[in-house]
Amino acid sequence: MSDDDRVRDNGYDDFLDAVEEGEPYYLESPSGNGWLPPRQMDPETGERDLTEEPLPETGEILTSTITNVAGPSFADDAPFVVAVAQFGPVRITGQVRGMDHEDVDIGQEVTIGVGENETEGERLVVFEPA
Amino acid sequence: MTRVPIAGVGMTKFGKSGERTAREMFAEAAGKAYDDAGIAPDDVDEVYYGNFMGEIAEQQGHSGPLAADAAGVTAPATRIESACASSGAAVRHGVNRIRNGDVDVVLVGGAERMTNLSTADGTAGLAAAADALWEVKAGVTFPGAYSLMANRYFHEHGGSREDLANIAVKNHDNAVENPLAQFQMEIDVEKVLEAPTVCSPFGLFDCSPMSDGGSAALLVSEDYADDHGLGPEVAITGTGQNGDRLALQDRVSMSRAPAAERAAEQAYADAGIGPDDVDVAEVHDCFTIAEVLAIEALGFYEQGEGIKAATNGETTIDGELPVNLSGGLKAKGHPVGATGGAQISELTKLLRGDHVNSDAVSDAEIGLTHNAGGTVASCVVNVLEVIA
Repeated sequence: MSDDDRVRDNGYDDFLDAVEEGEPYYLESPSGNGWLPPRQMDPETGERDLTEEPLPETGEILTSTITNVAGPSFADDAPFVVAVAQFGPVRITGQVRGMDHEDVDIGQEVTIGVGENETEGERLVVFEPA
Repeated sequence: MTRVPIAGVGMTKFGKSGERTAREMFAEAAGKAYDDAGIAPDDVDEVYYGNFMGEIAEQQGHSGPLAADAAGVTAPATRIESACASSGAAVRHGVNRIRNGDVDVVLVGGAERMTNLSTADGTAGLAAAADALWEVKAGVTFPGAYSLMANRYFHEHGGSREDLANIAVKNHDNAVENPLAQFQMEIDVEKVLEAPTVCSPFGLFDCSPMSDGGSAALLVSEDYADDHGLGPEVAITGTGQNGDRLALQDRVSMSRAPAAERAAEQAYADAGIGPDDVDVAEVHDCFTIAEVLAIEALGFYEQGEGIKAATNGETTIDGELPVNLSGGLKAKGHPVGATGGAQISELTKLLRGDHVNSDAVSDAEIGLTHNAGGTVASCVVNVLEVIA
């Protein structure tokens, strides 16, 4: 199924579009908590007045892992590196590209982008060295 | 709070029996529980059945009444789905229903059929317990998610792959004589460290296996037990359940399990005990790091100190607090929807004295089960005590 045929996931695909357009954002609640869409409420506070704020240009890897055994959707992608990175008040999960797997480390500065899953051609969040 | 006697327990042997349907395995476990309790199916008032991936593995939804049907019961029956904590939550529902005074006999437990799927399809099935948008689309698997937690834990607190390996070795040792365990075999640290890497830092032996199996327990009111002369020896005296953000990225910490901390706090308060009172525990070691996160969240260890527990021999069979004497998920097996019920079954036997490893805890009065779903976005803690 190509991206043209697939039904979009509100929030998620909007976020990827924004990253591709160079204007990534996150949702911030009045309390200052940051979340990714789709979010109607801040799960910590119940606040509903979430606003779109620009995502910082760089983030920091908090943890990562090299995945050798993947599900069918990523069979041709393995091995790959998954990481969680902190961008301001929000954390994002993505795959690290553009560097040797063994060199990915906690504290690494990264930028966010949109890549493609080799197995199925789906879009996904990727990080590259800043 | 009111204690809820466990009148009988049963489970299948866990292992690789992909041709067996979940309904068949639950029926076998329930049959053992009926025999253990001396209760007939027509006395069961309600059924709570844990199952996670029936739609994926068997194209079977609506499995509450199917499970009751298989267990010879015509009564209200509900499937409880909380990923790998499904049957722990089913047990808790049963406890609460009896405490409410609405029913006298509840059949709880669960079953899961997994090995009819390929490893890749099973991996994808388990990943359905993660956030489908923000984790699965990035390639996160469950070994991967727990690896992310392990690497963060190492960064914050130290520890090594050897420490994790000692947990796997311990739990395999405990399973050797357990006829219901999937892996009745010893392993050593070297074997763990040299196994193929699944997701760094986990090798194959850091991961619980794909398993098939069923579990069941018959919970009763004290009045019913008295009226029928059952004489149950063990009761559930405390229960707690809590939750967290589903996606790991949205947690306050990736090296702790706050849902387990909150569930434990509730269960301890409910039972009127504290962590120091617990003599033996069955915790959710789906991956070696998960046992570390569990024993810290349960208050047995300060944060950052649980990593050395197995290495130091403190949680081994002859340690101060034996953990996972059944073999745990790691060696007993992990048919996910059956696991919480199996913890109740094994711990009940350990406390009664009719488990193969009971001699190691012959003086034990209080035991605890910890059953986690996802990366501990769901957690159920139950406290069991000897009452006779």
